[in-house]
Amino acid sequence: MNRPIRAVSIFCMMLFLALMVNVTYLQFWHAKDLNEDPHNARVAEAAFSRQRGAILTGEGRDQITLARSKDFDDQYKYLRVYPKPYMYANVTGFLTLGSQTGIEHSQNTVLSGEDPRLFVTRLIDLAQNQSNKGGNVLLTLDPAAQEAAYDALLSTVGPDGEGSVVAIEPKTGRILAMVSLPSYDPNELATHDFGASEQTYARLDDDDKEPLVNRAIQTRLFPGSTFKIVTAAAAIENGLYNADDEVPSGAFWQTPGTSGSSNVIDNEGRTGCSPEEIPFRTAMAQSCNTAFAKMAVELGPEKMREQAEKFGFNSDYLSDLAPQAQSVYPKSATDAEGDDVELNDAQTAQTGFGQYEVQATPLQMAMVAAALANRGTLMRPYLVEEVQSAEYETLETTDPEELRPAVSPSTADQVTELMVETVDNGTAYPAAIPGVSVAGKTGTAQRGVPGLPPYGWFVSFAPAEDAEVAVAVMIQEAPGKEIAGGQLGGPIAKAVMEAILND
Amino acid sequence: MANASLLQFVHRRRRGAELFLLILALVVGIGAYASVGLGVDGEVPTNIVGYGGWLAALVVAAHVVVRLVAPYADPVLLPVVAALNGIGLAVIHRLDLAEDTGNADQQLIWMTLGVALFVATLVFLRDHRLLARFTYTSGLAAIGLLILPMLPVIGNEVNGARIWIHVGPFNFQPGEVAKVLLVITFAGYLVVHRDALALAGRRVLFVDFPRGRDLGPILVMWGISLSILVLQKDLGSSLLFFGLFLIMLYVSTERPGWLVVGGLLFFSGATVAFQIFAHVQQRVDIWLDPFADRNGDGYQLVQGLYGFAWGGLIGRGLGEGMPSRVPEAESDFIMAAIGEELGLTAVIAILLLYGLIVERALRAALISRDGFGKLVATGLGGVFAIQVFVVIGGVTRLIPLTGLTTPFLSYGGSSLVANWVIIALLLRISDQARRPLPEVVEASEDPDLFQTQIVKAVDR
Repeated sequence: MNRPIRAVSIFCMMLFLALMVNVTYLQFWHAKDLNEDPHNARVAEAAFSRQRGAILTGEGRDQITLARSKDFDDQYKYLRVYPKPYMYANVTGFLTLGSQTGIEHSQNTVLSGEDPRLFVTRLIDLAQNQSNKGGNVLLTLDPAAQEAAYDALLSTVGPDGEGSVVAIEPKTGRILAMVSLPSYDPNELATHDFGASEQTYARLDDDDKEPLVNRAIQTRLFPGSTFKIVTAAAAIENGLYNADDEVPSGAFWQTPGTSGSSNVIDNEGRTGCSPEEIPFRTAMAQSCNTAFAKMAVELGPEKMREQAEKFGFNSDYLSDLAPQAQSVYPKSATDAEGDDVELNDAQTAQTGFGQYEVQATPLQMAMVAAALANRGTLMRPYLVEEVQSAEYETLETTDPEELRPAVSPSTADQVTELMVETVDNGTAYPAAIPGVSVAGKTGTAQRGVPGLPPYGWFVSFAPAEDAEVAVAVMIQEAPGKEIAGGQLGGPIAKAVMEAILND
Repeated sequence: MANASLLQFVHRRRRGAELFLLILALVVGIGAYASVGLGVDGEVPTNIVGYGGWLAALVVAAHVVVRLVAPYADPVLLPVVAALNGIGLAVIHRLDLAEDTGNADQQLIWMTLGVALFVATLVFLRDHRLLARFTYTSGLAAIGLLILPMLPVIGNEVNGARIWIHVGPFNFQPGEVAKVLLVITFAGYLVVHRDALALAGRRVLFVDFPRGRDLGPILVMWGISLSILVLQKDLGSSLLFFGLFLIMLYVSTERPGWLVVGGLLFFSGATVAFQIFAHVQQRVDIWLDPFADRNGDGYQLVQGLYGFAWGGLIGRGLGEGMPSRVPEAESDFIMAAIGEELGLTAVIAILLLYGLIVERALRAALISRDGFGKLVATGLGGVFAIQVFVVIGGVTRLIPLTGLTTPFLSYGGSSLVANWVIIALLLRISDQARRPLPEVVEASEDPDLFQTQIVKAVDR
């Protein structure tokens, strides 16, 4: 019977070999896929119970902590706390078991300690038999500017209002302030009382005012008259006019190829726009719709689009936060047969002052202002200044990156001149700062729905000759207040600019 | 010729080696227990002395009994089993801490009972051939045990399989004991009837097929296996019993033809079962794509796979993983817990330990001097190999998952006790096989050896 017993031995050996090969495949080669499976609750739970790095912002003594993990006596060992809950919530995002948003999400590998840049730290932790600590993330936000923006916007729109403020350092693209209202308290979501956390999330998610949406990058609206600086930049860049030229205007303009009063462009009572020819400065200062509509038609949709895209429309550029909405200059219109065709003159005319289908996020309008402030060069906006080890040693500093020249320096100077005129002698006067030359532009965008108040916009930068800050303010809802021109947005922009300039 | 040289080879007792290996096994088992305490609570468990002492006492008792009543027994088996049992206890203790249960204490009691039966088997069964007397008795007992879970009141259905009986506070899986009894029955039957079964019938493609009239026993066994599958919905036991019978039939008759016949029967049965029974289809579906229903039917397997992956090469460390995410991690899925906290390294080590048990069983079968001993040892080794393959292959998604316990590791009394008895039987057979032949070597002087006539060449 020994021969078959030997055969059985070989058979058993094959069984064991098959088990070993299979389990080696499972635990060695296939393990990575399984560990990256988003449905794998193990990974989420491990991440949740790790000493996560802090989110910081500000320089030197002004540095503040926006999020940190403190020791907590339960199975997860650490609780995520946000010391400045409402003011920074839309930037930091929040951490819950299994998901993160905002910087918590985009910088997750650093904060959780898995980033390759933290390799050495991990080795030291391993050698010292300590559990793996996450790295810190230092943001570009300026605490003074953020606070000024948050306070000014909140007091303007009120507790039930909606709006956003973005401030950028024009020379680098560093985002100095990013506020979105209404906001929320991330501590209520990061709690280990998961029932309460889910309830809070459901309440915020169902809220019509969408407090979880970061309006600075996720909400795109008609930019209205603030888009006129793009039209002006296109006109000067293409040699159509200089800042000192006269431009066609008029009290009313029936757009080409249309009839009826709904296609008549007027200037909402600003009589300075009424002559057939007015100085470019006046057109900008008085925000003459007719002048910019005619300018847009003269340029044509291709050149308008080209200029808008150079400023960042129709593209993504911020890599530190997701999701974000692309700002839009329409690529085509739809004709009667449903085909895509180029915009006609009437539609192009509307785009000249930021209506028709032009839509922009507050960040986009801040970038337009920043590019002009930086003598035409558009820098990539960014939020993460530094990646640090858990011991606050700098591991990597973000280098400013030039996206592209949006306009030539001379064009930028001329548009700046027009915008300074708008603050000094025009609609943007509420942003004026004594002793500083401020460039600005107001915007009041019709929603296209009768009966609803318009959106208020304001973009500005200062000092005009060597700008340190560019700001965009967007007011979506300000219950009980009349949204018009620069009345609401101007003082907010001014407060933010002063916070930076006084630093 | 090989046998002749084996007969002349005198095995050493190697009891000292066994003791040394046992100490290593205790270091592993008690060390793992201490490491669980360190990993979970940051301190060595307070009962480490009592626990370690108890474990050591059991192992030493087993060793002393082997020394006394089976001095020539294989020296590797007992240490391997002690190590496996110790690791199993530590991991069950680990899961107790996560789930706030007390299974490890219970398991230690079962282990005590297992060792007691191990000792009793060795002491009272001085010659394994005595078991051949109980061929039909144990066969009837096995069938009786297999029917028990089908009875009302005491029978109980757990997770869809009707393989448990409840008597008072005790839960018992009779199939685990039936497995040992079946090995004895098959061995006793086959050693007597092997010659008849070995008669070749028809030859097709180099394989001698058995005669049709000899198909009786295999058909009976096939029927029993199928009825376990159908009535108890127990895929694992069904496969185990039929595979066991096939191996023993092949070894006793030396006819590969039986394997072909058995294999065909198995596949036809499996195909029909797959067509007819929803629970078989469900198992196969889960196996093919466990992630399709990751929160429903596939949940346990998927969580187990996540556990293995989470452990990676060296594991998270005892107390540092989340093995309690896997349902029933302390029984069928204990390998997932080991894979998670001790890693691929430990999984391979444990597979090697199992491999050693099987290898030692088959080695005992090879050197055993009687057919019954050979068959019992082969059967026990085979049943062990198949069980390990089916359960670990199931949890690592090599084959469809079927419910079987992981020998010596899983929480569960019936399995642990039955497996300790299996080891006792293997030690007894190896003791008999390795023991020097009583005075037979002297037989070289035996005149019988010279009875061959020598015909002298005579000149004509």
